[in-house]
Amino acid sequence: MRRMTYAEAIRDAMRIKMEEDPNVFILGEDVGRFGGCFGVTGTLYDEFGEDRVRDTPISEGAIIGCAVGAAATGLRPIAELMFIDFVTVGMDQLINQAAKMRYMFGGKITVPMVVRLPAGAGFQAAAQHSQSLEAWLTHVPGLKVVYPSTPQDAFGLMLSSVEDDNPVVFIEHKMLYGVSGDVDDEIKKIPLGTADIKREGEDVTVIATGKMVHEALAAAEELAKEGIEVEVVDPRTLYPLDKKTIFDSIRKTNKAVVVTEETKRGGYAGEISAMISEEIFDSLDAPVLRLGALNSPVPFSPKLEQHMLPNSADIIKGIKKLV
Amino acid sequence: MNLENSRIIDMYKTMLRIRKFEEKAMNLFAEGKIPGFVHLYIGEEAVATGVSANLDTNDYITSTHRGHGHIIAKGGDLKYMMAELFGKATGYCKGKGGSMHIADATRGILGANGIVGAGQNIAVGAGLSAKYKGTGQVCACFFGDGSTNQGTFHESLNLASIWKLPVVFICENNMYGISMSQSRHQAIQDVSDRAVAYNIPGVTVDGNDVFAVYEAANEAVKRARSMQGPTLIECKTYRHRGHFEGDPAIYKPEEEQKEWLAKDPIKRMESFIVENKILTEEEIDEINEEIKREIQDAVEFAESSPEPAIDSVVEDIYTDIVEEVNLV
Repeated sequence: MRRMTYAEAIRDAMRIKMEEDPNVFILGEDVGRFGGCFGVTGTLYDEFGEDRVRDTPISEGAIIGCAVGAAATGLRPIAELMFIDFVTVGMDQLINQAAKMRYMFGGKITVPMVVRLPAGAGFQAAAQHSQSLEAWLTHVPGLKVVYPSTPQDAFGLMLSSVEDDNPVVFIEHKMLYGVSGDVDDEIKKIPLGTADIKREGEDVTVIATGKMVHEALAAAEELAKEGIEVEVVDPRTLYPLDKKTIFDSIRKTNKAVVVTEETKRGGYAGEISAMISEEIFDSLDAPVLRLGALNSPVPFSPKLEQHMLPNSADIIKGIKKLV
Repeated sequence: MNLENSRIIDMYKTMLRIRKFEEKAMNLFAEGKIPGFVHLYIGEEAVATGVSANLDTNDYITSTHRGHGHIIAKGGDLKYMMAELFGKATGYCKGKGGSMHIADATRGILGANGIVGAGQNIAVGAGLSAKYKGTGQVCACFFGDGSTNQGTFHESLNLASIWKLPVVFICENNMYGISMSQSRHQAIQDVSDRAVAYNIPGVTVDGNDVFAVYEAANEAVKRARSMQGPTLIECKTYRHRGHFEGDPAIYKPEEEQKEWLAKDPIKRMESFIVENKILTEEEIDEINEEIKREIQDAVEFAESSPEPAIDSVVEDIYTDIVEEVNLV
């Protein structure tokens, strides 16, 4: 067992995979000498050299596209974009190329690559550096989408993501980079598509992702004082989605709240919510409640930003509407 | 240039194979036998042929929406190509790609591509892969003049240049980006002028002269293989047909068409071969017949092949997940 931050856990998992497999390499803006925009690649440049930790020009399309070409010809690239918002610049390469190649080519070319996308708001980075775009990415057949909330999960999921033979989008919440936690070396890989129950409870199920897992846990702590027991389920991978763990929890509690940091309109929370309603309607005592950010771009002002994002107080309010 | 006659004959055959394949595809599309879109390479055969004559089987290429010629020149199998155009289970992509998405990993063909300019970045990735692993492979990246206005063009040439990657960028300047003539879509005449911005060699050649293309590509491939970096080759050529089959191409002036038809790369090659006594006219006729038979065999293979099984619609999306096959 080691104590490490979310950022260190991601780095450590990348280091392990790079030591194991010479075909694994990193590319992105400032990932090398600078150590990464958020310091995630850190010392890897010194450890592995410039061929395996490649600084690129500011060319998001080329970063993703180059990763696609490298992956299609036998390497296992890990591409880092500084902010998930910048994926818009390289979207063709991710959506029309990486996600589609295997299918279009009848399964004859595989594209084993990871694209790391730091997401989320909370530090006044405003509208172009704070978004949560998981709905766009989970919408596209051919991509897997991973979103860890703890150092342990970040570690285990990164190991699996690099080993995966498909394009994997690895979403990291920027506000979690400094969060510390225990990482059990024994657990090692966490298979993609396995949810985790972060807290057990009988009264209501909260399905939360990324930073919202922590908000949900804080809400659960508060509500426990009032005798309301909240079960917090973290899907950890948005696609493939572990429906069974989510459904089993709801069959027990009969109530579901889905909390994500996305703009509520058209968010992935809507997809989870619809699945629950379609598939286990009879287990529900109340309609599924979605909690997300306001339908607004992320504002700059700390006061406005705080109001725009969902937090534990909103979750408590939401749960009280159901129980 | 010192090419053996046998190689010249091979190049002629490749050009002819492309032309005949495309003419057949044109007719089959008109008859309603090929669904979807078809973008034909007729008139541009010397480019793919002259470049590919410098490539080994394990070298890579990236192609475009107008990709049949590149795939044939790189050794693609006509049967599997034609079956793919028909959307059959035996096609290169099991009927899931069609004309715009043919790939053959066993011959380094990293796919035709429906997005203009998208192959350029992928080519850079393949070049990086070859350099990283030290395999000595090169990647030839084909694209049209229209794509040189996409951001991918700038991004990929820049990256290939700073990393000295073994990529050869081949611009097939067929004078049109869909309906827009080159003079309307960019303020330069020679795309190769842009090489200066990346500090790499840029050359313009007559793209209807297979030997001129061959020579330029030969030098560029040598430079790439010896890790000196990429080259931009512009081949001036002409698309005889519209952008896609069904495009009446009213934007192409008649005089211009006449002028370019007179420069048909295949007629030029035939004249060269006869004048230099490499083949007689009778031998040329025999080759024509032989290739017609190859194409006919491919059509018969495609027509007699089965449709894809319904279950295959959800296969090959992921390596390890098969989606649900029925909506309800």
